[in-house]
Formats: sequence, structure tokens, C-alpha cells
Amino acid sequence: MDRMTLTGVHATARIVARDDGRGGTSLPVLEGEGPLALRRTRGSGAEARVMVVGAMSGPLGGDRFGIEARVEDGARLGVGSAAATIALPGQGKEEARYDVRLDVADGGELRWLPEQLISARGSDLRVSTRVDVGARGRLVLREEQVLGRVGEEPGRLGSRLTVRVAGRAVLDQELACGPGALGGWDGPAVLAGHRAVGQLVVVRPEFAVEPMAARMLGECAALTPLAGPAVLVSAVAGDALRLRRVLDEALAQLGG
Amino acid sequence: MHLDRDHHHGPVALSADAHRADGSRRALRIGLGGPVGSGKTATVAALCRALRDKLSLAVVTNDIYTREDAEFLLREAVLPPERITAVETGACPHTAIRDDISANLEAVEDLEDEVGPLDLILVESGGDNLTATFSKGLVDAQIFVIDVAGGDDIPRKGGPGVTTADLLVVNKTDLAPYVGSDLARMAADAKAQRAELPVVFQSLRSETGVTDVAAWVRERLAAWTA
Amino acid sequence: MSRAALLVLADGRFPAGGHAHSGGAEAAVKAGRITGTASLEEYCRGRLHTAGLVAAAFAAAAVLGAEVRELDSAADARTPSAALRGAARRLGRQLLRAARVAWPTAELDALAREFPKGAHQPVVLGVVARAAGLSAQDAAYCAAYECVSGPATAVVRLLSLDPFEATGVLARLTTEVDRVADRAVEAAREVVAGAGVDALPAASAPLMEIGAEWHAGWAVRLFAS
Repeated sequence: MDRMTLTGVHATARIVARDDGRGGTSLPVLEGEGPLALRRTRGSGAEARVMVVGAMSGPLGGDRFGIEARVEDGARLGVGSAAATIALPGQGKEEARYDVRLDVADGGELRWLPEQLISARGSDLRVSTRVDVGARGRLVLREEQVLGRVGEEPGRLGSRLTVRVAGRAVLDQELACGPGALGGWDGPAVLAGHRAVGQLVVVRPEFAVEPMAARMLGECAALTPLAGPAVLVSAVAGDALRLRRVLDEALAQLGG
Repeated sequence: MHLDRDHHHGPVALSADAHRADGSRRALRIGLGGPVGSGKTATVAALCRALRDKLSLAVVTNDIYTREDAEFLLREAVLPPERITAVETGACPHTAIRDDISANLEAVEDLEDEVGPLDLILVESGGDNLTATFSKGLVDAQIFVIDVAGGDDIPRKGGPGVTTADLLVVNKTDLAPYVGSDLARMAADAKAQRAELPVVFQSLRSETGVTDVAAWVRERLAAWTA
Repeated sequence: MSRAALLVLADGRFPAGGHAHSGGAEAAVKAGRITGTASLEEYCRGRLHTAGLVAAAFAAAAVLGAEVRELDSAADARTPSAALRGAARRLGRQLLRAARVAWPTAELDALAREFPKGAHQPVVLGVVARAAGLSAQDAAYCAAYECVSGPATAVVRLLSLDPFEATGVLARLTTEVDRVADRAVEAAREVVAGAGVDALPAASAPLMEIGAEWHAGWAVRLFAS
């Protein structure tokens, strides 16, 4: 059960996906906690599907949320969320944390496609996503951040996304925005007034043999090969809808 | 501390080193500079046509806008595309050939690495500056190209290109009667500025074309490999 | 060994290829995001706290003796744009070429042998700073300053901006350059104290990365990056 402390809720959800030996994927571990409830939904083919269902909005200041997912050799897991996650201000001044740890074994496949993270006015959240993919593992990961609800100033949001393939970091990116972030975060080098920023990371062993060429996807999005068997689509947009359109289009071009 | 200049298995060469990392003598590098429109690229194209059958050649261009001159050479098909490299110059070719030659040195070394041993590399500068000359760290000899239409007083005015280039080419002599340029006066002024250094008057439209310049290049190459 | 070596290394005329790179400013100008002094300043500020901080920390860590190959690989991960990785390696190679003549040492020769196509420029900068007898903080300053002086100089050429205004931008950013250099050295010390290269900052600037890919696809441009 989740632990309520004076400063906030601590909750971690855990998923383990395993090859069930019959061409499908079983979920020997599927444990939600507190506000992070998990539901298994109808999958397709060999893929097991899980939905993260937020039982209450959050994280609030002082909360510590975590999700840990492990995909074993031969297993295929798809994870989505039922709604956007909204970071809100809490009672205290403490920041909230959201830590995602994903582990994809050699021969496993993970599609991590949650809804947006929205940084509401007055909130203070640090998100970290760390993914370890085995040498022949496959990954599709989407991360979208929206700065403020419609017409609202954003809160403070810091995020770090690290993707390792066979132990070697192929992507390590931090972004800090909102009040109190270091200068220039909304200026012409970083976001230039765009309120939605997103990344799509695709790891496939075949990229090691046949790397993709970099290309633009519209004015404010680019696909670029990383230093490893992976590509990144990086995009900024005026709002969440436009951002999603660009990333969906990119995902379709990458063959889903 | 020594610089490994003649170290056969040392790291990549530094600048004007006459040898490759494996100890063999590298390609002769000749720079071509001069004002805008004087016919540098046309001269490079003509030299490539005149020399490519006997020599292994490559060209590095330093354009004001990235690839203009390189594109011209590609369109004219004077050399296969892998033998032509364009260096970006941040709008200042004269900086890239004189003050900070590092990108050009990368380009000439990469050409030798990628297309095999070369006899000759022509390094062309975009014509952004009448006084621009090539660094001795980049080229072994330089040609300064002016033309009769740019004014017959250029040789008299002098300047580092006209005065010190290893070869001065006065181009487009066929236009002299139309622009009122006095070739004899240009020759006399050039002689006064350059003493014994050679001057070639050429018209690429004439039958002799680039012959004299090509002969000069061959001489330099013979001296280089001797 | 002399502290004045920092002036030689940080000089905008140090012949290491920087003049042909705009630090992303050419793309930002064309996109209409840099239009004058104020937007140049905000551009430089954003660049300083992202790419500048990262470069400064890598340079400092290299001075403190962090393993070069690990640093280079960590720099790859922090540079998702393939165009920028290419530019960083080319600039690293060019810097090493100039530095091997200026401060000839066996360590620099070894670096050239290990990375014939160049290592990331900030990593090379750190190794060079050490060869020149400079400190981690000196290298961090050099990297942080270079990351804003490059775009400022380029915008003078791109927009015919008054050079006094561009220099004013750099002068106004100096206290922030101080802070970035301090943070960079702090991170670099953690790296060598055992935290490894993961302790290095990874601050990113999405529009610079996207703009770099856009710029690399242009047929006609003034700057290499």
C-alpha cells in the first residue's frame, strides 16, 4: 500500500512481462500502488497491454511516484495511460518526483506510450526516465511535456531521459523549464514560446546495420539517428494536440 | 618535445608537413585566389580537364555560400564528385585560407584518405578579398587570378596577391579591346611589382587556353616529387 | 606553465575552425528567432545554460583526468543531433591540430592517434587545457565562453548587427558564465570522485538540436553549423 507521509504520497507500480511459452506474454507481476493503479487491457498478438489508471490527480508537491517495468527475453509489453498526468502544487514547498525505470532484456520489446505530462501553475516536479535495453531489445518510447493547462503559466518542471543500449548510453537529455529554471529556457535556443515538447525514441537492433538518415518532420521536429541502434524524434509545438500529431506521424513513418 | 614530423607511424599530419602519416610524400597543394569574377573556378575547371588524364587530382573549394563553386565544378563534370570538397567558411573565405586553415587541412587530408594517393590538390578560395593570400601552412604554391575587365591598374596597385603569388594570371585577355585595358601596361606593372616571379596572360576562350598555367603546374609538381 | 595560456586558448582567433560555425545562430536567424540584440542575448543565455554547461563540464572533467573515451561516448549521448555530433568531432579534430603545434605533448599526439576522425570538441578542449597547464576551471570558462562568443560573432555577420551591441551581449552574460563554469567544475569533481560520467550535466535545448538538423539540410549556407 502507498505510504502517506507528512510531505506527500510515496507510491511505486511494478510490471514484469514474461514470454508465456505459447506465443504470448504473461504478466507475473502487475502491482499498482495508491494513485498508480494498473489494468491489463486487451493486447494484440504476442503483446500484453497495460494501462496506468490514475486514481487521483497528481503528483502533488512532496509526492514520490515511481513505475518500474521489466520486459524479459521474448516478451512484448505495451504500456499506456488512461489520461494525462497533471503535476499540481502541494501543501508544502517540496518538489514532487516521478521516476520511471524500464528494463528491456535482450530479445524483449517494450512500447511505452503514456499520455502527456502537464505542468500546472505553481507545481514543482522532477521526472526521470531511465531505460536499459539489451543488445537485441526493442523499444518505442514517447515522452510529452505540456507547460501549463490552456492559457496557464507552467509550473517548474525538470526532466531527464536516459536510454542505454547494451549498457552504453545512447541518449541522455535534461530539460528544465518554468519559473526558477535557469535563464533562456523559453528563449530562441530552447523553446521559444512553444508550450509542448516531446520526444520519441525508437531502439531496434536493425538500426545498427542500417542506420536511418536524419530528416526534418515539419518545421519544429526532426528525426535523427543516435550514436547506437536508435533514433530520436525531437519536437516542439504550440500545444499538446499539435505535438501529438507530429509524433504520431513520425511513429507511423517509422512503421509503428 | 619533438613534433613527430617524420615519424612514420605518428598521428595525422599537422599542417604543411610534406609527408603523409605513412611517410610517403603527400600531394602538392596549389591555392588559387583572386577577386570575384576573375575566373578562378573556370581556371580550376580548365586545369582539371588539362591534367586529369595524367594526374590524380582533387579540388577543395572555399565558397562564400557553401557549395556554389563546387556545384559549378560538379555540373561541368571536370572530376568525379568524390574528388571535390566544399569547405564552409562562415562567410569569410580569406579567413579559411589564411588565418584559420584547420578546416581546409581536414578537407585535403580527408580527400587523400578517401580517394587514395593524389598527385595534386587545387585549393580554390572564394573571391571575397583582393588582399587574400593562402597560408604557407595550407598550400605549397599559390596562383593569383585577376582579369583585364577588373581594371588594368590592378597590377600597378600591387597588394599581397599580385606581388607575392608564385604565379600571377591575367585572365580574359580576349576582353581587353572591349574594356579598354592596356595589356602591355599591365605586363610592365606586373614586372615592376613582381620582379622575377612569373605572369601568364590567358584567355580560356583561345586555343591555348590554360596551357601555360598547366605547364607551370607540371613544373611545380616535377620539383615537388623530385 | 602560465595562466596566460588561457588567453591564447580562448582567443577567438585561435585557429581551430570556430569561425566557420555559428553555434546554431544561422538557423535561428533564418527561422526568425534571432532578429536583433535582445533575441541574440536570450539565445546566448539559453545556449549557455544548456550546451554551454554541458561543454564546460566535459572540458573540466577531461582536465581532471576522467577517461577520454568514456567522456566522448557520454558526449555522444548528450548530443542527439547527428549533425551536431559531426560538427563537434570536426571541431575537436581541428582544435587538436592547432593545439599539437601550440603545446606539443605526447598526450595530445596519443589523442590524435586514438581519434583520427576527432573526439568531441569539449573533451579535446579539456585535454588541451591540461597540456597547456591550465586548470579545470580555466577549461570550463573557455568552453562556456566559446559557446556564446561563437553565435554573437556569427550574428554580426548574419544580421549586420552592430558589433558593439554583440559585445555588449557577451559582457552582460559574464556573471552567468561565472556560474556555469562553477557548476561545471563541481560536476566534473563528482565524476572523478567516483560518480562517473553520469554525474555530468545533460541540459538540452530542443530547438538548437532541431535547428541543427534543419541547417544541415540546406543547400546554401554561410556556416558549417
